[in-house]
Amino acid sequence: MAKVKIKVKVLRYNPESDPKPYWKSYEPEVEDDSTILDILNTIHWNIDGTLSYRRSCRSAICGSCAMKVNGRNILACETSMHQFKGDKFRIEPLPGFKIIKDLVVDLDEFFAKLERIRPYLILNKSIPDKEFYQSPEDFEQIVEVINCILCGACTSSCPSLWGNENYLGPAALLKAYRFIADSRDDGADERVDIINDRNGIWRCHTIFNCMEACPKDIKITEYLSRLKVKATENSI
Amino acid sequence: MKVDEAKKYHKIDAVVVGAGLAGMRAALEIAKNGRQVAVLSKVYPTRSHSGAAQGGIAAALANTSEDSPELHMFDSVKGSDYLADQDVIELFVHEAIKTVYDLEHMGVPFSRTEDGRINQRPFGGHSAPRACFSADVTGHVLLHTLYEQCVKHHVHFYSEFQVFSLLIDNDISRGVVAWDVRNGGLHIFHAKAVMLATGGYGRAFKITSNAHANTGDALGLILECGLPLEDMEFVQFHPTGLYKHGILLSEAARGEGAYIINNQGERFMKNYAPTKMELGPRDLVSRSEQTEINEGRGIDGKDYVYLDLRHIGKQRIMERLPQVYDLALNYLNVDAITQAIPIQPTAHYSMGGIPANIHTEVIKDAKGTVVKGLYSAGEAACHSLHGANRLGTNSLQDAVTFGRIGGAYMSEFVKANGYENLPANPLDSAQAKISALMDGKGKERYSPIREELQASMSKYAGVFRCEEEMLKLKKIVKELQGRFKEVTIDDKGPAYNLDLQEAFELGNLLSFSETIVEGALARKESRGAHYRNDYPTRDDKNWLKHTLAWKTAEGVKLDHSKDVVIFMDRYPPQERKY
Repeated sequence: MAKVKIKVKVLRYNPESDPKPYWKSYEPEVEDDSTILDILNTIHWNIDGTLSYRRSCRSAICGSCAMKVNGRNILACETSMHQFKGDKFRIEPLPGFKIIKDLVVDLDEFFAKLERIRPYLILNKSIPDKEFYQSPEDFEQIVEVINCILCGACTSSCPSLWGNENYLGPAALLKAYRFIADSRDDGADERVDIINDRNGIWRCHTIFNCMEACPKDIKITEYLSRLKVKATENSI
Repeated sequence: MKVDEAKKYHKIDAVVVGAGLAGMRAALEIAKNGRQVAVLSKVYPTRSHSGAAQGGIAAALANTSEDSPELHMFDSVKGSDYLADQDVIELFVHEAIKTVYDLEHMGVPFSRTEDGRINQRPFGGHSAPRACFSADVTGHVLLHTLYEQCVKHHVHFYSEFQVFSLLIDNDISRGVVAWDVRNGGLHIFHAKAVMLATGGYGRAFKITSNAHANTGDALGLILECGLPLEDMEFVQFHPTGLYKHGILLSEAARGEGAYIINNQGERFMKNYAPTKMELGPRDLVSRSEQTEINEGRGIDGKDYVYLDLRHIGKQRIMERLPQVYDLALNYLNVDAITQAIPIQPTAHYSMGGIPANIHTEVIKDAKGTVVKGLYSAGEAACHSLHGANRLGTNSLQDAVTFGRIGGAYMSEFVKANGYENLPANPLDSAQAKISALMDGKGKERYSPIREELQASMSKYAGVFRCEEEMLKLKKIVKELQGRFKEVTIDDKGPAYNLDLQEAFELGNLLSFSETIVEGALARKESRGAHYRNDYPTRDDKNWLKHTLAWKTAEGVKLDHSKDVVIFMDRYPPQERKY
């Protein structure tokens, strides 16, 4: 392990004082096995305390540090600098969201869209004394989608959302799938009603950006396609 | 920047500080009881560190083998090295079962047995497979489910609000003052009841599994109010931290059969815990690992050993331990299917914290006098459920169960009581802290001070401790506290000022770290996670006692008059062997 000097450009913006976002260059010296988050920490702690970004768990589970690096949406904490060629890094906030400051974006609308699909078990049956029974095969239907950490990388990468901010976006739709596919849930039809419109599931044009952006490798496009089938069935 | 006046004044029945499992479960209970509740969190709720817990949540459901709450109780008492209050454990092990079914009914996706029930796996120190799990993302699915339930029940979230001071006057809680991180500005939350659920504080150490956010803010604020902390010397070091990073590799790996091996390829736990082997309790496994390392049997003579999953096989690794696999691959470029993973002990969990009784009411002395309207639950609190060492999977259960219990008591409290008056000049304390950091003339930066604190705490108050080293540490912490007064920050603006947040957090780290050191210095015995090289045995004659620690102008004041609650007829202290 050795120290290396790298070239980093960060898109900076403070709405209070800057007319528009601008690139600022840094040349920090970092360990050669650093992650993108390590690089940002080095800049923030040692060079420029005014740089703002979100981070918390640094183990790819809290979803705070999604951002765009060299053109790709990634989680800064789990992405080693070796995943990029060369020693130059362009770091910018997730596209498609309003910037609050520097790499921090406004996620209020992102979370509000999640609320719209009624993200909780809807039950018409009575509650048993112990657990609801669910077969391992039924659990298998949701085992991948429950890994979603709501980092926003998918929704931010979606051209359909860039073109129409009212689109629910892949994260909220994936959450709808998570409940629709849960064998314990009785709310599938009302949820399908919510997503079965031009700003819902049909705004997905199967571009696959979301799947490529997902740090948890969830096959989002595939699940959204299943929702289209379900919506079609319900409409017939 | 001037912060002369509150940007906004909120009046609300109950305020919960912290949006992890404890905080959100409390808030949910209060909302379900028809009361107004606000949750203040410095991160978005789904970013809370409860989500990083991987392995499971303990409850004696007996779904995969025989089990009982009594056995769960015995395991927890023994695991605590007899320092836990047994009345608390007794309540806990019975409530745990209700808690898990309640969570399942809310929609938590648990892994299933063949016959469709909640699956359970073995865990360190538990004598039956008791960990209800969801692959290795148990904390994550619990956190998201509770968030979703809170949304359903109209809990008011104030995300990215950092509490800067507690409004406590005459031992009565009246609310909190919080900084709006996103926009800047102080808000007053005037509340009948306040719960402190800010989680753990592993960030006092260099190698830690904890998130950047885990800085024990409520603990610093409690000390500032002249209230005590309890059992701070008991810090759990988890044996399977990812080498150099400290990131947690779930104990579920060992639950699924992983080995820990030294540079001889030897499963050295056979020399320390011949019966339980790798599934010994965390304090014991961490000490064994550190001993191997100290005696030159670390890999290549370095400060790590191996966690070996290879014999478990690809299919089971990917099905049961996908997160462990990904972490090793992404951070160390190790493919756990074909390679062993470098690990070392990592500061993981704080058994001590804000003293609270079985109803989660915060207490201010060894007699148990209650601070009216103030509650605490989860890792921030010390009930004391975990004593000197917590068993894996008891923490998620602790957070949810005591969150629920606390929420129920708070609901009753706000129904029966009115608003207390705010103290005169409620913003003073928060304003003073902000203006010292923003407008001060000092030349110190906070990051080198924090780095030195973390390195010193890991070095001198880690897995093994002794008087000589801790006296050194005490001096270092004092000196760093002095330097902190000279800290000013680069960022002077109101919007998302990360600099301000980190500097404020460092003040809290420095404040409560002193109580860890003093507690550890005074406790001249070895018990659970607190191991003294110079006092290597447990001393039940003198030390079946809790530690209370206050900060005073003369330094830390300790009180050891709070006895451990022990049911002598049922669970008398005995030698702890695994």
